[in-house]
Amino acid sequence: MKETPAFKRVAAIFAVIGLGLITSGCANLIVLDPKGPIGEQQKDLIWFTIIIALLVFIPVMALTAFIVWRYRDKPGNKAPYIPDWEHNTKLEAIWWGVPILIIIVLAVVTVRYTYALEPSKPLGSKEETLTVQVASLDWKWLFLYPEQGIASVNYLQIPEDVPVKFELTSDAPMNSFWIPQLGGQVYTMSGMAMTLHLQADEPGVYMGSGANFSGAQFGQMKFDAKATSQAEFDEWVASVKQTSPSLTAQGYQKLAQPGVSEVLSFSSFPEKLFQKIVNKYVESEKKDGAEPSKNAEGPSPDVKQSGTSHANH
Amino acid sequence: MMAQANGHAQTQGHEHGHDGHHDQEELRQFGFWIFLITDVILFGTLFATFIVLRGNTAGGPGPELFELGGIIASTFILLTSSFTSGLAVLAMNRGNKQGLIGWLIVTALLGLSFIYLEVTEFTKLVHEGANMGTSAFWSAFYTLVGTHGLHVSVGLVWMTALIIQLARRGITPVTKRKVNIVSLYWHFLDVVWIFVFTIVYLMGVM
Amino acid sequence: MLEKIKSFASEFFVTGDPLILGAQVSIGLTMVALVITLTYFKKWGWLWREWLTTVDHKRIGIMYVIAALLMLFRGGVDALLMRTQLAMPNMQFLTPEHYNQIFTTHGVIMILFMAMPLMFGLFNIVVPLQIGARDVAFPFLNSLSFWLFFWGAMLFNVSFVIGGSPDAGWLAYPPLSGKMFSPGVGQDFYNWGIQISGIGSLMTGINFIVTILKMRAPGMKLMKMPMFSWSVLASSATIIFAFPILTVTLALLMLDRTFGTHFFTLDGGGNPMMYINLIWMWGHPEVYIVILPAFGIFSEIVATFSKKKLFGYKSMVFALMSISVASFFTWVHHFFTMGSGANVNAFFAVTTMVIAIPTGVKVFNWLFTMFRGRISFETPMLWTIGFIVTFVAGGLTGVMLSVAPADFQLHNSYFLIAHFHQVLIGGVAFGYFAGLYYWWPKVFGFKLNEKIGKWAFWTWNIGFYLTFMPQYLVGLDGMTRRVSTYGWDTGWFGLNLTSTIGAFIMGLGFLFQVWQIAHSVKFMQRDTTGDPWNGRTLEWSIPSPAPLYNFAVVPRADEQDPWWEEKKRREQGLPPAPAQPYEPIHMPKNSPIAFIKSFCWFVAGFGFVWGWYWMAIPGLIGVGVCMLVHSFTYDNEYYIPVDEIKRTEAALRGTV
Repeated sequence: MKETPAFKRVAAIFAVIGLGLITSGCANLIVLDPKGPIGEQQKDLIWFTIIIALLVFIPVMALTAFIVWRYRDKPGNKAPYIPDWEHNTKLEAIWWGVPILIIIVLAVVTVRYTYALEPSKPLGSKEETLTVQVASLDWKWLFLYPEQGIASVNYLQIPEDVPVKFELTSDAPMNSFWIPQLGGQVYTMSGMAMTLHLQADEPGVYMGSGANFSGAQFGQMKFDAKATSQAEFDEWVASVKQTSPSLTAQGYQKLAQPGVSEVLSFSSFPEKLFQKIVNKYVESEKKDGAEPSKNAEGPSPDVKQSGTSHANH
Repeated sequence: MMAQANGHAQTQGHEHGHDGHHDQEELRQFGFWIFLITDVILFGTLFATFIVLRGNTAGGPGPELFELGGIIASTFILLTSSFTSGLAVLAMNRGNKQGLIGWLIVTALLGLSFIYLEVTEFTKLVHEGANMGTSAFWSAFYTLVGTHGLHVSVGLVWMTALIIQLARRGITPVTKRKVNIVSLYWHFLDVVWIFVFTIVYLMGVM
Repeated sequence: MLEKIKSFASEFFVTGDPLILGAQVSIGLTMVALVITLTYFKKWGWLWREWLTTVDHKRIGIMYVIAALLMLFRGGVDALLMRTQLAMPNMQFLTPEHYNQIFTTHGVIMILFMAMPLMFGLFNIVVPLQIGARDVAFPFLNSLSFWLFFWGAMLFNVSFVIGGSPDAGWLAYPPLSGKMFSPGVGQDFYNWGIQISGIGSLMTGINFIVTILKMRAPGMKLMKMPMFSWSVLASSATIIFAFPILTVTLALLMLDRTFGTHFFTLDGGGNPMMYINLIWMWGHPEVYIVILPAFGIFSEIVATFSKKKLFGYKSMVFALMSISVASFFTWVHHFFTMGSGANVNAFFAVTTMVIAIPTGVKVFNWLFTMFRGRISFETPMLWTIGFIVTFVAGGLTGVMLSVAPADFQLHNSYFLIAHFHQVLIGGVAFGYFAGLYYWWPKVFGFKLNEKIGKWAFWTWNIGFYLTFMPQYLVGLDGMTRRVSTYGWDTGWFGLNLTSTIGAFIMGLGFLFQVWQIAHSVKFMQRDTTGDPWNGRTLEWSIPSPAPLYNFAVVPRADEQDPWWEEKKRREQGLPPAPAQPYEPIHMPKNSPIAFIKSFCWFVAGFGFVWGWYWMAIPGLIGVGVCMLVHSFTYDNEYYIPVDEIKRTEAALRGTV
C-alpha cells in the first residue's frame, strides 16, 4: 500500500477513462452529433455543462491528491500536523461562495435555455410547419400526417429544413418520443396531446426510439426517422397514397392491440383519429355505469367510446 | 458529576433518561407527537389527492349527493367527544378514576355514533350509485373520509382497551400516559375532521 | 379435481423457466438444510430467545446487516443477469418479460431491501453507543420495525417463485402498473411487500428522532453530537416527512388494483401523472435518506483516520439539514420531459442545482479535515477516499442532468443510469461498506482482514469504473434504459461488453468481501482494547462487543470528541474521573409480539395479493390481537442487579 497510495491508482484510472471519454470520438455519439437546430443547442448546452463540471472536478481532484499525499501518516513526514485545527471562517466562506457563484452562472444559463428550448415553442422558420401526429401504441409507433392524409407505423419521413410540429399522445402506457439527433424527448401520455417542435437540417436516417419503459416488448419500439429533400418527401407521400391500403377504424383497433409490428404505411386514416385517441377516456362512463366496452371486434367508427380495452389481454 | 444513572437527578433539559417510569413515559408522549407529524403528512397527501381529483366525476354523480344535515350532526358529535375526552383528562389529573372512566365511556359512545352516522352516509351514497369505483372523485372521497373513519375506529378499540386497563390498574404513570396520548390522538382526529368538513363537504356543496 | 390442482399450481408457482426452477430447487434445499442444522444442533430455542424476540438494538442491528447483505447478493445476481443479457447484441439469454422482472426487482431490492436495512443496521449498531445511551427510545418498536421490514422483504421476494415477479419498473408507474396493463399478481406483491416494510421504516425514523433528541448522555449538547448521529437525525427527519407519502401512494395504487378505484387509471377520471408526482415526492427524498447517513459515516472516518478534529462542524450540520430540507423541493426533475412547462422546469432545475452547494461544502470540509492531519489508509479510509473521487464525479453528472433543457437529451438514457449508480454505489454503498469496516470490531470484537479488504476495495473500484463510465457514453449514443436487447447496427456493443466485464469484476469484489468475513471470523485476533482505530467518540470507550446494557455507568460528554479528549487527559497524566458506583440498570424484556405481529402482516399481505380474504382477514385480526396483547402487557421491564454488572464488567475489562 505504501508504494501505491489510493489516490494514485484512482487518479490513473480516471486519467485513462477521462482521456478515453475525450478521444474516443465523442463526435460519434449521436447526442453530440445532432442534425437539427434543437439538438444543436442541446449539444452546446451539454458541452457547456461538461466544461463546468471539469472546471470543478479537476481542481478538486488535484487538491484531494495533494492532501492525501502530503498528509499521509508516514514516519518523518514534515508536513504540519495540527490535530485541533477545525475551523477557518475565511476558507469556509470560500467554499460556500465559489459553489454558489458557479451555480448562479449555471442557473442563469439553464433558465434561459429552458424558455428558449421549451418543446411546445414553434421554431422560427420561413418554411411552413409540417404537422405529424404521433401515438405510442403497445409496442409500436403510429405516425399520422393530417395534412397529407397518410399514416405510417414505425417509420417516420420528414422533409429537411422544414420545422415539424409533433403532436404526441399514447393509446397504451406512457412512453417517450425520442430522436436523439434531432433533439430531446417528450413523454407520450394517454388523454393528453403534447407538442414537440423539431427540425432536420440535412438528409439522413436517424434513430428514433421509445425512451420510457412501457411493458413487455418496449425494446422493439424503434423506428427510423428519415429526412429527405422536399421533393423526395412529396414523392414518398404520393407513392403511399397510391400503393398502400387505408387504415380503417377497425384496422386501427387491431393495430392498437398489444404486439410488435413491422414498418407499415397507410394511404388514409379515420378522420380525427388522433383526437379520438386523446379523448378516448373523456366522459367514458356515463351515469348508467356502462363499463368501457370490452369488445375489440366490430366497433363503429362514429362512436367515440368504441375503443379497445386492454382488459382482455 | 458523572453517572446520574438513576434517573431523576435532572441535570438540564433533555439530557439523559433511560431509567424510571417517569422519563420513559415522557419519551413515549414525545414519540407520539412525532408520530402525529407523520399522520399529518399522510392526511395531507390524501387531501392533496382529493383536491386534484375533485372535478373528475367522469360524467357520473358528484358532490350534489352530499346531505349537509347529517354531516353537521356528526361534526357536532365529534367536537363534543373531543370536549369530553378533555374532561376525562381533567378528571384524571384530579385523581378521579371514576370520573375518568365515565368520561372516556361517554367519549367512546360519541365516537361510536359518529362512526354509525358515517357508515349510514356511505351506505346511502352507495345506494344512490356512488361507490369507490364510480369515478376518481368518489375514489378520493371514500379514501379520505374512510381513512379518517378508520382512525376513529382504531381509537375506539384503543379507548375500550384503555378503559379495561384503567378499571384494573387505576391511575398509574403508565395508564396516565396512555390516557394523555389517546386524548391527544382524539383531538387530532377532530382537527382533521374540521378540514374534511370544510374541504370535502362545504366546498363540495358550495 | 386433479386438473384443478394442476392449473392452480401452474398459476401459483412460477414455472417453465430453467433459471427460476434452479432457484426454486436451491431455495428449497437451503431451507431444508437450515431446518436440519437448527434441529441437529438444538438451536431453535437459542434462535428464538436470543434473536427473534430480542429488543437489543445491537442484535437488531446485526440482523439488519445480515438481511441487507443477503439482499445485496440477490440484487447483485439480478444485475449480473442483466449485464449478461446486454453483453452482446441480440442476446437470447433472457426473454424481454424476464428481463423486465429482473430490472424491477433489482431496483426495488437494492434501494428498499438492501440500502435501507444496511442503513438501519448501522443506525442501530452505532447511534445508542455513540450518544451514550443504553438502548433506543422504543426498543419494542425497534424490533417491530425490523420484523416488518423482514416480512415485507420476504413477501416481495417470494414473488420470485410464487406468482411471478413485478415487472413495471422499480417505481411502477401507472397505467402500466395498473390492473389494465399488469393483471398478474407480481405488482400486488410489490405493493404489499413495500407497504409492510415501509411502515417499519417510518417507525424507525420516529424511534431515532426521539432517541437522538432525548437520550443523549449528560453534557452532550446537540452541537457537540458526533456527526454520524447528526446525519441520522437528518435522515430520520426526512423519513418521517417522506414515508407517509409512500404509504398513501402505494395504498392508492393497491385500491386501484384490488378495489377498482380510479386514482391512477386512464378511465373514470383517474390521473396517472399524479402517481408520478407523488412517488417522486417520496422517491427523491428517499435517495437523500440513504445518502445522508453515508455522509455522517465519512465524517467520523475522516476525523479518526486523519487523527484530527472534523473540520467545519457547524457548516457540516447546516449542510446536512439544508440538504434534507431541499430534497423535498426537487422531485419534478425526474420528469422534466412530461410537459410541465418552462416555469415549472426552470424552478425545479434551479432547486436541484442548489443542493450541489451544501454537498460541495461537505467535500471541502472532509478534505480540510485531512489537511494538516496524519492520514492512514486502513480499509474504512480507503473507501472514504474512493467515495470522494467517485461521488464528486457522480454529483457533477447530476448537475449536468439538472440542466432541464439538456435533460431532454439525457433523460431515460444510460447517462442517467450511470449517474445514479455512481452516486448510489459511490456514495451509499461505499459509505455503508466504510461504516461496516469501521464499526465491525465494535460489534464483533475483531477487525476484518485488511489485506483481503484491500483486494475487495480495488476490485470494486476498478469494476465500478469499467461498468459505469461506458454507460455514460452509450447513453450519449442514444441507448435507453430498460431495453432488453439491441442490434449490431447501433454501435453499442463494445461499450456494453466493457460494462458487463466491469460488473463481473464488482461481483468478484463482493466475493472478496465474503471471503474476507469468513477468513476474519476464523483467523483474526480479538481486539481487547475496545478501541482498535484510536477512535474519538463514546462508542470506543466501552469494551467490544458492547455488553447488553452498553454503559455500566452513564457517561458524561462535555466535548465534541469526548473519548479522544479523555484519552488526551489520561496521556497527560491527569487523574481520570472518579469511578462512579454501579446502580441497577433498567432494561426492556424480550418480546415475541413484534415477530408474530409482523408475520401476521405477511399472512394478511399474501392473502390480499391473491384475493384470498379467508387468509387476509385472519391475518389482520392477528395484527389487531397482537396490538391488544402488547397494550395489556405491563410486565415488560426488569433490572440488571449491581452484582451482575460487576461480574460482566470484570470479565470484559479483565484483559484491558
